[in-house]
Amino acid sequence: MSAESSVTQPSYLESQGKYRGLLGWLLSTDHKRVAILYLVSMITFFFVGVSIGFVMRLVQLTPFHHLITAQTYNALFTLHGVVMIFLFVIPGLMAVFGNFVLPLSIGARDVAFPRLNLASWYFFIVGAIIAICSLFTGQGPPDTGWSFYAPYSIKTGTNISLAVFGVFVLGFSSMLTGINFIATIHRLRAPGMTFFRMPLFPWSLYATAWIQILATPVLAVTLLLVILERAFGIGVFDPAKGGDPLLYQHMFWIYSHPAVYIMILPAMGAISEILPTFAQRTIFGYKAIALSSLSIAIFGSLVWAHHMFTSGMSDFANLVFALLTMMVAVPSAIKVFNWVATLYKGSIDFQPPLLFALSFIFLFSIGGMTGVWQGALSVDVHLHDTYFIVGHFHYVMFGGTGFGFFAALLYWFPKMFGRMYPKRAIYVAWFPMFIGFNLLYFTMLVLGMQGMPRRYYTHLPVYHTAHVVATVGSWLLVGGLLHFFGTLGYAVFRGKKTVGNPWHGVTLEWQIPSPPPVENFEEIPTVTTGPYHFPEVAGT
Amino acid sequence: MNAQSHEAHHDAFGAKFGMWLFLVTEINLFGGLFIAYSYMRHKYPTEFHHAGAELNATLGVTNTIVLLTSSLTVVLAILALQEGKKVVAQSFLYATIGLAMVFLVIKAFEWTAKFHHGLYPGAPHLALQPHGEQVFFGLYFTMTGLHGIHVIVGLSVLAVVARMIGAGKITRERNITLDNAGLYWHLVDIIWIFLLPLFYLAA
Amino acid sequence: MSNDESVKSVPHLGYGASIGVWGVLVVLTGALVGLSHLGLRAAVWGLLTITPVKAALVLYFFMHLKYEDPLLKAVIFIALTTLLIFLTLLFSDVAFA
Repeated sequence: MSAESSVTQPSYLESQGKYRGLLGWLLSTDHKRVAILYLVSMITFFFVGVSIGFVMRLVQLTPFHHLITAQTYNALFTLHGVVMIFLFVIPGLMAVFGNFVLPLSIGARDVAFPRLNLASWYFFIVGAIIAICSLFTGQGPPDTGWSFYAPYSIKTGTNISLAVFGVFVLGFSSMLTGINFIATIHRLRAPGMTFFRMPLFPWSLYATAWIQILATPVLAVTLLLVILERAFGIGVFDPAKGGDPLLYQHMFWIYSHPAVYIMILPAMGAISEILPTFAQRTIFGYKAIALSSLSIAIFGSLVWAHHMFTSGMSDFANLVFALLTMMVAVPSAIKVFNWVATLYKGSIDFQPPLLFALSFIFLFSIGGMTGVWQGALSVDVHLHDTYFIVGHFHYVMFGGTGFGFFAALLYWFPKMFGRMYPKRAIYVAWFPMFIGFNLLYFTMLVLGMQGMPRRYYTHLPVYHTAHVVATVGSWLLVGGLLHFFGTLGYAVFRGKKTVGNPWHGVTLEWQIPSPPPVENFEEIPTVTTGPYHFPEVAGT
Repeated sequence: MNAQSHEAHHDAFGAKFGMWLFLVTEINLFGGLFIAYSYMRHKYPTEFHHAGAELNATLGVTNTIVLLTSSLTVVLAILALQEGKKVVAQSFLYATIGLAMVFLVIKAFEWTAKFHHGLYPGAPHLALQPHGEQVFFGLYFTMTGLHGIHVIVGLSVLAVVARMIGAGKITRERNITLDNAGLYWHLVDIIWIFLLPLFYLAA
Repeated sequence: MSNDESVKSVPHLGYGASIGVWGVLVVLTGALVGLSHLGLRAAVWGLLTITPVKAALVLYFFMHLKYEDPLLKAVIFIALTTLLIFLTLLFSDVAFA
């Protein structure tokens, strides 16, 4: 399979089908164009979320001068959470790289339901618009935190119903993508590609898709109940009518805990692709990693109430969920060990994707380990609702999924755009990103252990120094992010044109031209080996 | 070239698989509500029992028979189309839609009766009842309401499918759209099968 | 699994059998109602046994899951098992409060 077969077909970037120009992008059912639509919109929302976070850190710089009111701060952290979680991290690598790479990596021409795929993007945009409208209408933006806990979410005058309805609509985007990817993986694998010859990124997408279709409906119905409670007073969550706020928490976390695995699994899948390529050897423990993705999906659905240890649940439930939480760390740990083992005795090609993949492993490990601590009941009593939790989830969601997203972007950039970015600029960006990240979030772990509560617009003087350190970290981080995305943005249009396979990858997506032609493969390949077959290197 | 190469690859099993995956989302959607119901029923066993007596079990059972029959008519429509009998198939679909409308009319009667008796969320009369009864009726209207919306969507889809049969867009060979619409309708029936004992036979 | 298999190669329930299943469903509904008249305990047992059987009949015969590929059966199994797990774990809190 030559990487540079004579291109008689135009690439997906240039080709003009039924529609031309902008409409050709907005109405395209080509999975590659849908992926770009997601990429552009999600990066926009990411920077909206970053800006809000930046302002929040400025507020904490000067708690004594009350830069803004407490009410505004409540709205800020709510919005930061909603935008980041629902508009960036949850769609995440699934929507961008899942869409772009999945059909390529399994030897298909598109996903199973291309029109449904485009519809998913429109649900995403409509949901986002509705959620953003909630900022400007009614009695102002929601102030409950992104978790919309009852009874406050039932009682508050702010625009909860509209915001929550926006999230409801976003849920459809997630569910439809899940349906599409499961069907794609079952039906459209190339001849000879059994499940255990499938690369690890599709494996992670498969596990993620199952979580999407099983868990998202529960969130949908929970949010619907909030809307009905606010509009009609049905009494399910309102204690004044016999309702139970704990029921809300259970139903909310039944989705929102599996949601964090929706966030991380695709990132882990991308890392499993990147490491073999830059070690130029096969992944260590392919089957273990594939099956660990499924285990994480299954176990991750059993641990939701570890968010509720201090909420008033029964002691028995506390025990059960603490035990299950300890178990869910195991498959993740298996992945980390296997990744590191993959590098051992590999022929290391140090490139930007590898740098970010290694950063992922480091940052995700910190995040994961702090999670295990929180699973210990006696520890959680002290740490719940402190900055420790905030530090923890930023390590996993940002250090994990975020850096995983950046790594994947750096890895598949030449594939997607047929150009290479200036590598030195990326290395330069990495330093403030990595250092700033740790200054910002490690400090939060310390603050939390010292007792600083989360979602407070001000703080006691004893915490002030640490907050200043964190805020300075945030400036470095944001500077790095701007440099990073600025470089990539430039490279999309002006980057040096590259050969089809600059990283010498061996999976199917690297066997076709970059950028790919519309139909992906001239001829659907027949697969005869496992995915990470590096024949030139001895011993693989 | 795009559209052609996609259409040439008509994957009926894939379409059916996708539909079943969609049904999973519907099952878990209502599943969430069943979970909420179980939670509340455990909390208020006597009040749920008592409140259930306010509902008209006869109408509930009648509606069950109506929906079971409508499921039958969908199956018969599919069988008819498999024999190439377009008009018979359409007739069975119209029968299904008719039964669906009967269901909705009966439901409307039930709801208005409740409104009349002040047994709806926000009603002053209901606010005076024990907490468990308030929650019961909150859940009753939510779950039967959401189900009712699915009935409306389902019958609309079936109407469109009936038209497509007439227009020759669904045929004996390419019948997956009818099959999938039927699957949706049967799920709507199954949900009601569970709603009946939960609310009407709780007493 | 070939992509171009049409649905009609899967065996289907005939007219008579379909009506038969419908009949069983009606009878079971009647049994459920009868049980509910025998008191709360009986009603709950009816709910827990007869109702799933009715649902299974619709699933297996009307939706002809019985004749379908094992993959589709697995899909439904996964959905129902997930709900069961949610309910069971939820009750670790509710039942011991």
